Amino acid sequence: MIDKLSEAFAFKQAALSLRTQRQEVLSANIANADTPGYKARDIDFSAELSRAMGPQQGGKGLSLNTTTAGHLQNRGGVNPGMVDLQYRMPDQPSLDGNTVEMDRERAQFADNSVRLEAHLSMTRSFIQGLKKAMQPE
Amino acid sequence: MSMFSIFDISGSAMTAQSQRMNVTASNMANADSVAGPDGETYRARHVIFESQAGQRSEVGGVRVSQVVEDQSPLRQEYQPGHPMADEQGYVSMPNVEPVHEMVNMIAASRSYQANVEVMNTNKQLMLKTLTLGDN
Repeated sequence: MIDKLSEAFAFKQAALSLRTQRQEVLSANIANADTPGYKARDIDFSAELSRAMGPQQGGKGLSLNTTTAGHLQNRGGVNPGMVDLQYRMPDQPSLDGNTVEMDRERAQFADNSVRLEAHLSMTRSFIQGLKKAMQPE
Repeated sequence: MSMFSIFDISGSAMTAQSQRMNVTASNMANADSVAGPDGETYRARHVIFESQAGQRSEVGGVRVSQVVEDQSPLRQEYQPGHPMADEQGYVSMPNVEPVHEMVNMIAASRSYQANVEVMNTNKQLMLKTLTLGDN
């Protein structure tokens, strides 16, 4: 029965982990807005999430390599070292090689923050619903 | 949890930008200093930023790697009565450009504000994450 609970949470856990990692990447972009030669990075959220939740063609997705019956199954989750960091295409060239554009980074940061907050609200409601369902009447 | 390293990243950016502001303030204050403590004319200083990414992860904060002196030629002013004038009557004045320093100051303060906002937003999100599961 506990595995049904962890399956229910697997998607939310993966999404939360990816959102916080994207938050870190965007914060690093804003911090390095004046560093010469720094290239802005980002994560393709929907692609990463579907990659974390479903198996690849012919592969196991991001789940752990289970070779024995006693190995734990990874119920979907994001391995932080395997997230694919991509580069952002700049709109304008710059003299010092820095591709961070403040307007674009701030917009993405605000977007990610709002989505993260929405995710937290929905997860809280979900947990409250589960708890209510577990209470005896 | 990787959210805690966001404080390090934004904090490092704020430190770096405030160092940049200090250097700008030093340049503006010494725009007319003919001689420093070592007897040499003041040269404008600049900070060099370096990203801290690449050690343990691909993203990271920023730090000031070094403070360099501007090597462009000093401004020569004709003041024959000045005690520091050379034999032709020219005094070497610092090579500080006020317009350049003002632009630096504006850019540094905007960047500092942006990083303060990033830190505030992340702090709020972390506090909200801690309330997951509460009624």
